Amino acid sequence: MARRVVPISAWAGAATAALAAMLVGLPIAAVAWRAGGWGGLGPADWAALRFTLVQAVLSAFVSVALAVPVARALARRRFRGRGALVLLMGAPFILPVIVAILGLLAVFGRGGILNGLLDALGLPGIQIYGLHGVVLAHVFFNLPLATRFLLQGWESIPQERFRLAANLGMGPREIMRYLEWPMLRERMPSALLVIFLICLSSFAVALTLGGGPRATTLELAIYQAFRFEFDLGRAALLALVQLALVVSAGLVALRLGRVAAFGAGRGLTVERWDAKGAGYKALDGTVLVLVALFVLLPLVLVALRGVPTLAGLPPQVWRAAGASIGVALASTALCMAAALALASVRRNWGEMAGLLGLAISPLVLGTGAFILINPVMSPATLALPVTALVNALMALPFALRVIAPEYARTERDFGRLADTLGMRGWARMRYLLWPQMRGALGFAAGLAAALSMGDLGVIALFADPERATLPLEVYRLMGAYRMEDAAGAALLLLLLSFGAFALLDWGGRRAA
Amino acid sequence: MKNLAFATSVMACAASVAAADKPELVVYTYDSFVSEWGPGPKIEEAFEAQCDCDLKLVGASDGAALLSRVRLEGARSEADVVLGLDTNLTALAKESGLFAAHDVSAEFDLPVDWGDEVFVPYDWGYFAFVHDKGFDAPGSFRELAASDATILIQDPRSSTPGLGLLYWVKAAYGDEAGEVWEGLADNIVTVTKGWSEAYGLFLEGEADMVLSYTTSPAYHLIAEGDSGKAAAAFEEGHYLQVEVAGKLKASDQPELADAFLEFMVTDAFQSVIPTTNWMYPAVTPEGGLPEGFETLVTPSKALLLPEDEAQALRDEALEEWRAALSR
Amino acid sequence: MPCLTGEGGALLEFDGITLRLGDFTLHADMRIAPERRVAVIGPSGAGKSTLLALVAGFLAPEAGRLLWQGVDITQEPPGARPVAMIFQEGNLFPHLSVYENVALGVNPALKLGAGEKARVMRALERVSLGGMEARKPAQLSGGQQSRAALARALVQDRPILALDEPFAALGPALKVEMLDLVREIADERRATVLMVSHDPQDARRFAEEVIVVAEGHAAPPRETAEIFADPPEALRDYLGG
Repeated sequence: MARRVVPISAWAGAATAALAAMLVGLPIAAVAWRAGGWGGLGPADWAALRFTLVQAVLSAFVSVALAVPVARALARRRFRGRGALVLLMGAPFILPVIVAILGLLAVFGRGGILNGLLDALGLPGIQIYGLHGVVLAHVFFNLPLATRFLLQGWESIPQERFRLAANLGMGPREIMRYLEWPMLRERMPSALLVIFLICLSSFAVALTLGGGPRATTLELAIYQAFRFEFDLGRAALLALVQLALVVSAGLVALRLGRVAAFGAGRGLTVERWDAKGAGYKALDGTVLVLVALFVLLPLVLVALRGVPTLAGLPPQVWRAAGASIGVALASTALCMAAALALASVRRNWGEMAGLLGLAISPLVLGTGAFILINPVMSPATLALPVTALVNALMALPFALRVIAPEYARTERDFGRLADTLGMRGWARMRYLLWPQMRGALGFAAGLAAALSMGDLGVIALFADPERATLPLEVYRLMGAYRMEDAAGAALLLLLLSFGAFALLDWGGRRAA
Repeated sequence: MKNLAFATSVMACAASVAAADKPELVVYTYDSFVSEWGPGPKIEEAFEAQCDCDLKLVGASDGAALLSRVRLEGARSEADVVLGLDTNLTALAKESGLFAAHDVSAEFDLPVDWGDEVFVPYDWGYFAFVHDKGFDAPGSFRELAASDATILIQDPRSSTPGLGLLYWVKAAYGDEAGEVWEGLADNIVTVTKGWSEAYGLFLEGEADMVLSYTTSPAYHLIAEGDSGKAAAAFEEGHYLQVEVAGKLKASDQPELADAFLEFMVTDAFQSVIPTTNWMYPAVTPEGGLPEGFETLVTPSKALLLPEDEAQALRDEALEEWRAALSR
Repeated sequence: MPCLTGEGGALLEFDGITLRLGDFTLHADMRIAPERRVAVIGPSGAGKSTLLALVAGFLAPEAGRLLWQGVDITQEPPGARPVAMIFQEGNLFPHLSVYENVALGVNPALKLGAGEKARVMRALERVSLGGMEARKPAQLSGGQQSRAALARALVQDRPILALDEPFAALGPALKVEMLDLVREIADERRATVLMVSHDPQDARRFAEEVIVVAEGHAAPPRETAEIFADPPEALRDYLGG
């Protein structure tokens, strides 16, 4: 009886999935246990649920819809600085929330560049606060991510198809219909899902740009239950609602996403013969200039603000930077191991387990972990390891979404060959998966490192003065009126996060 | 990571070896208190010079987080003293039954009488709207509501000043609070999660005024040499925030904890407060307030709801706020 | 329709062409006569497929011109060239039906009139795929997939049919059958066929002329029988004889 040879190791995937489920489930259970039961939900909670869903759905659709022309323009144009643009597009996603908000407001706010421009032209100013502001901010964070997801899709369309299309005389419209749309139909549900899930747990962005309590999200309701009412039962119940949302959204997307895949690619740079006309060039050029302005301008303003104080930052900022680098390294390693193990499962429960990291509010996760650790030892001692673990869990969905399709492709194209050669475990990793998936692995590791570096995570619940991470230090500086130093620390954080991302992403793409 | 964890544990060991022969007093406080530019380092030095002990300050993000943490830890808490709750949290804190009575007595320079048996105040301040000096600030909530001045406030559900503002309006207007909020709704640019976000946005020019403290201009004046900020004096009076500390019943160092609370009202502690925590000291030190504090506005009237009343009004006040701003 | 330029008149002319891909170079300076079936053979990596990609317009030469009936087509985009192409693999879109895949050869937007639809159906009949038009490529055998690709080349109705090792994945009997079919169709259409193959047997069976590509040079075509009777050195090395 021929047994299917298991690529990496079946138990590694199952164990990882179980661990992820445990890391998410246990804290919620611990909070509920501490409360002595589940609380009830009031009308305000339902309103929060409604707003959370509306803004998340809108943000996901707008982000992905805008990402299509951007990714297409990037896919069919070759120009100087293209690589740099693709790389820089990753930056907003890894910014600490408060820094990103200040950057966005420097462009779109009351005293921002845009309103200054409109005023100079004698036009009425725009008001950023409201649902549209929330969506704008979420698009700022997620458009680059969606673009990268889709660009990878474009790169997965084999060169032969474009040659065939060129031979048949297909124009941009037909290429979209026969080559690009089938790819998009396969990739978009997954991009929509991830962004929807990210926006589900939005809190500070939604509140600040939403302009007030109308923009109350589930996460804020959880916060309120914890801090304002110390109603742990209600907090646990709200966390459960959030979890249910994630799981059902995940199931829907997995169903939609199961579409026939394209054949093998050759890993060559795809040359395009369509869209050579001046009109198309102008269109793509405009799209790219606009998106570059939208994404990079706030970043540039954030960076400029930090330059004067960067060199003279107080020593504990540098110490916190060291701690952040350590946490980022550890959680990247954890995250990549978990993502590979789950990708090798190639079943829906593997995908679902990977999504769980998005399903839980950091506050619930941190408090649950606190409740669990407290009887055994002082939680502060474990602040950094717990932060690394939680950050790995939170980065896992992103890493998995990047790795899983490439893993599936590699196995589809070469899995049987590798099976007949008896390539298993490390040999398969070293000689098949690594060379075939370098690009995806580098991108995923870069994302994980940067996310972990920039995430406030659960550290705030645990830390004592000696064990702060850089994002926490930025908040501490702001809390002490030291906005200039905070800007310098934020720039340092931006440089570190982006440096880690760029290094890993570049390392993966270099020889890919 | 391995190295880092190793280094951290070595550091922790080294610290505990050094302190092995001395008793350790653990004080939970909020983050900005323990940071280098906060009062923490100087206070630690001053107290350790006189107690022959090791003072360990542990930070949580803010007062409310602090209380949540102590409640989560319950009797197992390592903390001996909790420093950084305010009068909006003391009722809840007492309800938890975790705190012990104190026997500190001092000549408090508070705008209100202080007779709390459990908590000792260490500093205080007035909530106020801070603006640039050139701005013609309104003189009351009514005037603000009628003007087209823009303000930034914090969410009472996630922020201490936000909750303070909720009580400020409630203390000043009672049953009319909801109506006042409705009037203010169109002045509010946005509501932020915490003080830092709102203050940062204000410095970026997103609004004319930001909810902060009457002492905020002192920071800009003394630390930055910038006299361009001022706090608007409101006719209704200003709501008071009194920050307090208390001893935990489960403390394994009750004498040290008492000594710390005693120390807290002495000059060594109090003289550090104004230019590190940017609040008024609870007991004015011998040398008086630092230069620059005399420029701050002094409210004509101090408002403070008794803690039980504050606790009882909380949900009602929040609902009025939410209803008015959700329109 | 192919326009004949008379006996011996050049149909496709490689005029001093040099093509560079990294450190690989291919030179070609030759003419291909009309309505001939030409095999392109040579060692692997010598540039056989590159030569075809040049004709189809996927690669542009660094120097020289490509002429079709005396007209310079070096700068023409692939879709505007007189070439229908069958690739080694990936000839069919997996998400489209056989009918749609073939119909793309008539109109890439799939807007077909009644007459054109009939033409597609006739082409399917011609390659013995009648009745299978609604199937997806995955539901066809390897041979049937090749036939579908051929049917599309048929409806494209271009004077040059370029095949890049098209039937390499098929069994010997099936391959012979397909080569015969291509020959029949080429004769019917009076088309010029350029076929890359690594198998000398294919060339013997199918081609009237042979182009040997070796060491960066594409040699002008010679009669098949003649070239195998007296192979040049490059071909001798390749044949191992």
